[in-house]
Amino acid sequence: MGMREKIIDRAKALLADGTVVGVWGWKRGEMPGDRVPAFFETAEELDNDFVYDCFCAANVSRYLNGRKAADGRVLALLKPCDTYSLNQMLGENRLEREAVYVLGIPTGDMLDPEKVRRAGICGLKDAKQRGAEFVFDTADGEKVLPRDAVALEKCIACKSNTHRIQDELLVDIKDQGESPVRFKQVEELEAMAPAERFAFWQKELSRCIRCNACRNICPVCSCVKCVFDNPANPVSGKANSETFEEKMFHIIRAFHVAGRCTDCGECSRACPQGIPLHLLNRKFIKDINRAYGPFAAGTDDFGMTPLTEFTETDPEPSEVVASGGGQ
Amino acid sequence: MHRIGVFVCWCGSNIAATVDVKKVAETLGKEPGVAFAMDYQYMCSEGGQGAIRSAIKDHALTGIVVAACSPRMHEPTFRKAAAAAGLNPFMVEVANIREQCSWIHRNKQDATEKAIILGRTAIAKVMLNTPLTAGESRVVKRALVIGGGIAGIQTALDVADAGFKVDIVERKPTIGGKMAQLDKTFPTLDCAACILTPKMVEAAQHENITIHTYSEVESVSGFVGDFKVKIRKKARCVDEVACTGCGDCMAKCPAKKAKSEFDQGLRNRSAIYIPFAQAIPNVPVIDRENCIKFQTGKCGVCEKICPSKAVHYDQEDTILEESYGAIVVATGFDTVSPEPYGEFRYEEYPDVITSLEFERLCNAAGPTGGHLVRPSDHKEPKRIVFVQCVGSRGSGECEKTYCSKICCMYTAKHAMLVREKYPDSEVYVFYIDVRTPGKAFDEFQRRAIEQYNVHYIKGMVGQVEKKGDMLLIQASDLLHDKQLHIEADMVVLATAVEPEKGARNLATMLTASMDTNDFFTEAHPKLRPVESPTAGVYLSGLCQGPKDIPETVAQAGAAASKVIGLLVKDKLITNPCIASPAEPMCNGCGLCENVCPYGAITYEVKEVHREGKRLSTRVAQVNEAVCQGCGACTVTCPSGVMDLWGFSTRQILAEVDAICR
Repeated sequence: MGMREKIIDRAKALLADGTVVGVWGWKRGEMPGDRVPAFFETAEELDNDFVYDCFCAANVSRYLNGRKAADGRVLALLKPCDTYSLNQMLGENRLEREAVYVLGIPTGDMLDPEKVRRAGICGLKDAKQRGAEFVFDTADGEKVLPRDAVALEKCIACKSNTHRIQDELLVDIKDQGESPVRFKQVEELEAMAPAERFAFWQKELSRCIRCNACRNICPVCSCVKCVFDNPANPVSGKANSETFEEKMFHIIRAFHVAGRCTDCGECSRACPQGIPLHLLNRKFIKDINRAYGPFAAGTDDFGMTPLTEFTETDPEPSEVVASGGGQ
Repeated sequence: MHRIGVFVCWCGSNIAATVDVKKVAETLGKEPGVAFAMDYQYMCSEGGQGAIRSAIKDHALTGIVVAACSPRMHEPTFRKAAAAAGLNPFMVEVANIREQCSWIHRNKQDATEKAIILGRTAIAKVMLNTPLTAGESRVVKRALVIGGGIAGIQTALDVADAGFKVDIVERKPTIGGKMAQLDKTFPTLDCAACILTPKMVEAAQHENITIHTYSEVESVSGFVGDFKVKIRKKARCVDEVACTGCGDCMAKCPAKKAKSEFDQGLRNRSAIYIPFAQAIPNVPVIDRENCIKFQTGKCGVCEKICPSKAVHYDQEDTILEESYGAIVVATGFDTVSPEPYGEFRYEEYPDVITSLEFERLCNAAGPTGGHLVRPSDHKEPKRIVFVQCVGSRGSGECEKTYCSKICCMYTAKHAMLVREKYPDSEVYVFYIDVRTPGKAFDEFQRRAIEQYNVHYIKGMVGQVEKKGDMLLIQASDLLHDKQLHIEADMVVLATAVEPEKGARNLATMLTASMDTNDFFTEAHPKLRPVESPTAGVYLSGLCQGPKDIPETVAQAGAAASKVIGLLVKDKLITNPCIASPAEPMCNGCGLCENVCPYGAITYEVKEVHREGKRLSTRVAQVNEAVCQGCGACTVTCPSGVMDLWGFSTRQILAEVDAICR
């Protein structure tokens, strides 16, 4: 039995015995390789539309925002990385724990549809991971490409393969640990001269169309009313008066999620312009790790982060400045 | 419509010498909304304040900006002046054109331009000010003194004598501090124990004083008038009430190899011990590291022998929670270890000792009964070399830049004591400078040279080596420009003083600031020397800077008078600049609750109107009596729902706009 069938079996059982009233998973989108989060309420819907394969990168935690137990418990199909986001949301009281039943599901590397297209794959029917390669079944026959060429950045820079919260694990998973190249891109940016780095971000962020996809997909950008949408808050006006407002928007957003970002990579994945937004957040993560010791937001559901908690071992501001923060 | 008044202060020449105050007043007078502008020599004087009061009335001002010194200095003064003229005191803004402008600039044109910008910024802010009304908070009529040395004891006695309850928290098993270890005290040479121990007894017997020894402050919350403090009373393993202090346990304890902290390691003590005979309380404590029962599980002699059944191995730390109106820091000092100064070979040669060790060797109650002998072979030393400024006034990594202040005097004292008691001895003192300001101090030091023939040599010791059973000291005599080689029996190092190591953690708990040397800083170095910048936290003794016993006692009394001044009040006026959430848009995320250092934020499920809908949701609530207006929550709130009265996000951004205009 394939993983999709295993998940469907278990989901049907949980629906049947009344444990849950619905299931957050994935279904096919418009284009080949598109998989979109979807809510299933019946066994029939699951059989017809549910899909789980190496295109199901979307993190469904975000869709649980605001859920209350009184609305009925839902089944969340969470990959290891997605559980960090749910934990962080729980820690920030964004949903009730009893409103969700977490089924931990295993994952391999997820594909980046954009990379797949750019690699010249046309007429895509199916794809499977085989070790360090992906095998594509296309209209032109079978094609094989190395994993690094087509996998999503967030999988290449995987933070952990362990579920941090679950009511049940579908199968036992062996954690591979953090990817050795997790901070490679950040290090490349750090190695740039300030002017070069500024030019890099100027170029990247100038492509932003302010569609707000990055914000709307972010599991920790879950405010009732975003400061950028709130006319009573003067911040949005400030962003608009900047020479190019997108820069201000993204920098403020990165600060808002600093210490809370679970590095799920959804901002970059959702960006229609392909801006590597996750790098802003991952730079913060790297700096926080250095200043406060290793920390991964969403490891637990306490909601405490090094930036909102004081301990006697916290570095002095001068130490942070001296260690490069002042550049 | 706004009618803002602008008042530019010269501060004599402090501001006027660097800032063209007339131009500042003239330019700011033309700002939109400004109805009146003037400059004056001393805005804080009665003349200046009078001008403010008249202008408010004559020009019907709705808000004022005073461009003068730091608001920390005179904001309350100008608020009072405004209130006297019928203007809400929170319609006053201060533009700091002294500390942040005239004092740090030389070029008059630049400084004037900056002063105008700072004034414009304050005008932009004051236009968004709203009248606020201050509330009241209670004053708990009880003080906490942290540290039970002479500083803490004196402060506690003075506060207690005024009729207020005082708790002393002391980390060690007894009060008394460093002074209890000293032999004689300069410049009168009265015995430290004779003047200190009666004070210890007085404190212990005072009806208003409670002493918690072997205890530490665990956490501090709250604020002036109402601090909540948790005190950890460490397990002594001896019941303080039942114990009669008979000492049988110490006599029979088989573990007798622990080094006595009180005697600077020059004598061994038992594992169950009282630091010294006059300790208060006269109750032993078990040092678990050296106790056979705790290390191996076998023994239990003290428990068996105790006639009052006071020994309890299973005693655990207890946490006391108490409220205090005021807190006095009297954590004192330590002396630095001479180990980093390798030239003295302190670690290697037992006859190279520190001044504090020397005090114990001279002391009649010390390990040798006051008979001065060399630690290595217990022979009387014939020639002693004293070295001053060990670790003080240096520029090296392990050295203190400051002067430890007390070493010149106690070294002169040591030199005279030696010469007095052992007339055939020879004493050398190496110094960089001799500093003896103070009543009868210089006369005292001169007596050492003139009457006691102590050899004072300007210069430093370069090296100490062993020669037979003697020490060979190589040193330079700077005044005669020659190298000296002195064979001596003993070398005494006057090591630098430094603040008690744990003081930094305490400073953090108290949000009291420290300087780079970890001495607590004063609210004002001249005018508020015994207050910390944190309201309700006072400083007593060496924790604030190097000082001798008379100065410490004087400061302890001064701190006590400040505490009494606070505790006699029944109510304090609270700061109305506090946080307040726009409830309907609150996420209920809890981040503000996590960062609030005062525990002022809680969450409640409340019914709110959110964009046309009525719903029940978790929202932040600020306890107005507890909030101190620090603003940590406002910057943490991701959706900008939390705001601060008097420092709203709109006001701050208006200031930024005014600066960038």
